[in-house]
Amino acid sequence: MQRRKFLKKGSLLTLATALGTEIVFGKNIREGYQLLGLQDPDPFKLFQKDPQMVVLNDKPWNMEAQAHLLDDKVTPNRFMFIRNNGKIPANIDAANWKITFDGESLATKKTYSLKELKSKFKQYTYQLTLECGGNGRSEFNPPAKGNQWTVGAVSCATWTGVRLKDVLEDIGHKKDAVYIGYHAADTHLSGDPSKEPISRGVPMAKALQDETLLAFKMNGEDIPLAHGYPLRLIAGGWPASASGKWLNGISIRNKIHDGTKMTGSAYRVPCEAVAPGEKVKDEDMCIIESMPVKSLITYPKSGAVLKNKNSLTIRGHAWAGELQVKTMEYSIDFGSSWQTCRLEAPKNRLAWQHFSATISFPKKGYYEVWARATDSNNLKQPMILPGWNPKGYLNNACHRIAVKVS
Amino acid sequence: MDSSERLKNSLKQIRHLTIVIVVFFMAMAAVLLYIMIDPSLSSFKSNKNEITVSDYEVVSEMDETDYDKIENGIHVRTGFVDSDGLMLVVNNCTNCHSAKLVTQNRMSKERWLATIRWMQETQNLWDLGKNEEIIVNYLATNYAPSKKGRRQNLTDIEWYELEE
Repeated sequence: MQRRKFLKKGSLLTLATALGTEIVFGKNIREGYQLLGLQDPDPFKLFQKDPQMVVLNDKPWNMEAQAHLLDDKVTPNRFMFIRNNGKIPANIDAANWKITFDGESLATKKTYSLKELKSKFKQYTYQLTLECGGNGRSEFNPPAKGNQWTVGAVSCATWTGVRLKDVLEDIGHKKDAVYIGYHAADTHLSGDPSKEPISRGVPMAKALQDETLLAFKMNGEDIPLAHGYPLRLIAGGWPASASGKWLNGISIRNKIHDGTKMTGSAYRVPCEAVAPGEKVKDEDMCIIESMPVKSLITYPKSGAVLKNKNSLTIRGHAWAGELQVKTMEYSIDFGSSWQTCRLEAPKNRLAWQHFSATISFPKKGYYEVWARATDSNNLKQPMILPGWNPKGYLNNACHRIAVKVS
Repeated sequence: MDSSERLKNSLKQIRHLTIVIVVFFMAMAAVLLYIMIDPSLSSFKSNKNEITVSDYEVVSEMDETDYDKIENGIHVRTGFVDSDGLMLVVNNCTNCHSAKLVTQNRMSKERWLATIRWMQETQNLWDLGKNEEIIVNYLATNYAPSKKGRRQNLTDIEWYELEE
C-alpha cells in the first residue's frame, strides 16, 4: 500500500511535468484513468514546442526544427529537436534521483544523489552544439533507413552541470579505463524491461574534457522532460546520441562500450569510403566521433521575394564538431564564386558560431543562396551529398535557400 | 358448476400463470442483460461528478465506427496507403513503433525484408508466418525508393514577400 501510494505520487509528478502544469485535485484521479490532456497527446503542448516543428515519429517521439526556426543565438526549448529511441520514463522522482558508477575499471560501485552532485562539485555553464548523427539523412540516395531528418536536428542551448571529469576524479578509476558508457531510465519500445533503448558513450579523452557535463539545467531552467529531465550527459560536438538523457548510470569500461546502439552499424560509417548502395560488413564500420563542419542559413526563411530592392542580409550559424569554423562563405551563382561572411568567435569551445552577410543581387530573377563553412583543418562543406554510408549519417552538404528578386 | 365452466376456469388460471411466468423471465433477462452491459451498476450511483474509467471507454467505443476509415486512399488513423495487405501491416507494424517510422522510409523488397529480420533478431518482433510475404509486398510496392541523385532541386518553396 505504501509503495502504491508512492508510485501514484511519483507518476502524478511525471504527468504534471508532461502537462507543464500542476494537476489540481490530482490525488482524486482514479487508478487507471487517463487524463484527457494525455489521451491524445498534442506533442506541441506536451513538450512545449512551437507548432512549426515537424513531427517525424510519435512512438518514439522524434521532432525536428526547420532552418528558420533556429535563428536564435541560443536555442530555446520550443525550437529544440527531439530524438528519442525509447519511451520517456514514466516515473521520474527528481528529489531522489541517483546516478551509479560501475564497470570493469572501477574497484567498487559508487552512487551519488543528484543533490550530492549539485552540492559537492563546482558547476559550469557552456553553450554546446548537439546535432543528431542522422541529421540530413533524407537526402541520401539510395535512401537510408530511419527517421528522415532534413536539416533541423541540431541545437545549441546552454547547459549547466558538473564536469564529468571532476566526478571521475572523486571516484578514482583504474588506469585501464578506455571508454564510458551511459545508462538511463527510458524504456524499450517493445516493453521488454531487459532491453535498453540506447546506451552509448565516449572514449575517456572526450569524457575528461572540461565541457563534458553531467547537466541538470538547460538555458538556466530544469531540463525539459523530453530532453532528459532531471539529469543528462552532455558531450557537445559529437553525435547527440552520445549525450544520454534521463541519466542514472555510467560504466567505466576497460574496452569500447558495447551497449545498445554502440555496436553493429549504429552511429557508425564505413571506415573506408564505399560506392552508394554498397553492402558493408559490421566489422568495416567505424564509430562516429566528432561531427563534421556544417552551417545553416536561419534568416531569411527560404522563399523570400524581394520587391523593389536588390539587397538582402542573411544570417545563420556554423559549427564543426570538436573543431572551430575558420571561414564562412556564401554563393548566389551555384558555387561559381564565393563571398566571405562576417563570422563571430564561438561563445566557448563546442558552441556554434554566428555568421551574417549582406548580399547585392545583380538583377531580377530566381536565386539560391548557398552557405559553406570551412573548419580549422581546412575541410569545407561539400555542395553535393558527402560520401554515401549505409545508415545515412553525417550529411553536411551546403544549406541553401530560394530567393526571388522582382 | 358444469364441466364446461370448470374447464373455462382452469384455462383462465393457466393463462394467468403463463403470463406471470413470462413476465418474470423477461424481467430476469432484462436485469441480466443490464448487468452484462454495466457490470458496475454505475447508472445507479449518485455521484456523477467523478469521471470514471467506464465513461472514458464508452467514448472510445463511439469512435470505433471511424477507427479504420479510409480517406483519399489513406488509412486515416495510421497514414498508410490503402492497398493489399493494409490491415496486416497496421496490425503487425504499429504495436511497438509509430506508422510514421514506416511511411517516411523507402526501401526495396530485399531491404524491407532485411529490416524485418533485424527487428526479429533485436527488437522482439514476432514470426510473421505466411503474412510475411504479403507485408513485404505491401511495403515494397507502396514504399519503394525513388532515384534522388546526388542533390535534388529545392521543392515545395512557399514564396512570401520579405518585409524588412
